[in-house]
Amino acid sequence: MELLLRVPSDLSFVAEAVELVATHTPSGILSPRRVQFNLRTVLAEALANAITYGNREDPTKKVEVRVEARSAYIRVTVTDSGEGFDPSGVPDPTAPAGLEREDGRGLFVIRHLVDAVDFNAKGNAVCLTLRAG
Amino acid sequence: MTFSIKKDAKGVVVVGVDGQLIVGNRQELKQKVLESLEGGSRKFVIDFSTTGYIDSSGLGVLVSLSKKIREQGGDLRLAGLNEDLQTLFELTKLDTLFTISKTPAEALAAF
Repeated sequence: MELLLRVPSDLSFVAEAVELVATHTPSGILSPRRVQFNLRTVLAEALANAITYGNREDPTKKVEVRVEARSAYIRVTVTDSGEGFDPSGVPDPTAPAGLEREDGRGLFVIRHLVDAVDFNAKGNAVCLTLRAG
Repeated sequence: MTFSIKKDAKGVVVVGVDGQLIVGNRQELKQKVLESLEGGSRKFVIDFSTTGYIDSSGLGVLVSLSKKIREQGGDLRLAGLNEDLQTLFELTKLDTLFTISKTPAEALAAF
């Protein structure tokens, strides 16, 4: 099963887009608990990053969400129209100096909640893989 | 409605978060808590008993509110986290910044 969604670059659409994907993901691949928590959280993170930093909340631009559901995994690719970024340049948000910062935890959270995170060469598309179970 | 606010007999403000605390609704939470802070409240419990997920923006707003409340001599505590949300706070080491109680009742009793 594949699903393609084009989300307006408006942060108020994030919750609705997350629910749409979560409720249309075939049951039986991920446990209900992982759909409830892992899938929803990482999709919200990826969409927020794409809308805020990629498309800079430009209403003329859309974020594309592509969901590929197979018996062995769910793969979600989120693509924006931005210039991309270098994921290796993100500091560790758990370091004492950064603990009281308001931002900077998104990629860290994503990496801990999925089985694989891959970026395209440009850095404007992130592919999140959750293996079955 | 995503957030509910009530005040107990001791004046502790309890904010319930229904569904999710994410980038799309964090400003609403911030505004509600800051209004109470400006109104003189100093003790806050955020109740996550009916919360399914929290993203990093949601975590960020909690950090920001906690700092503002402490600057005013108050305290913000968390309660009702399910196992996954508790793990999220531990992974990000934010469990070291907040007092976390199992239930809102425990958090209220500890004030």
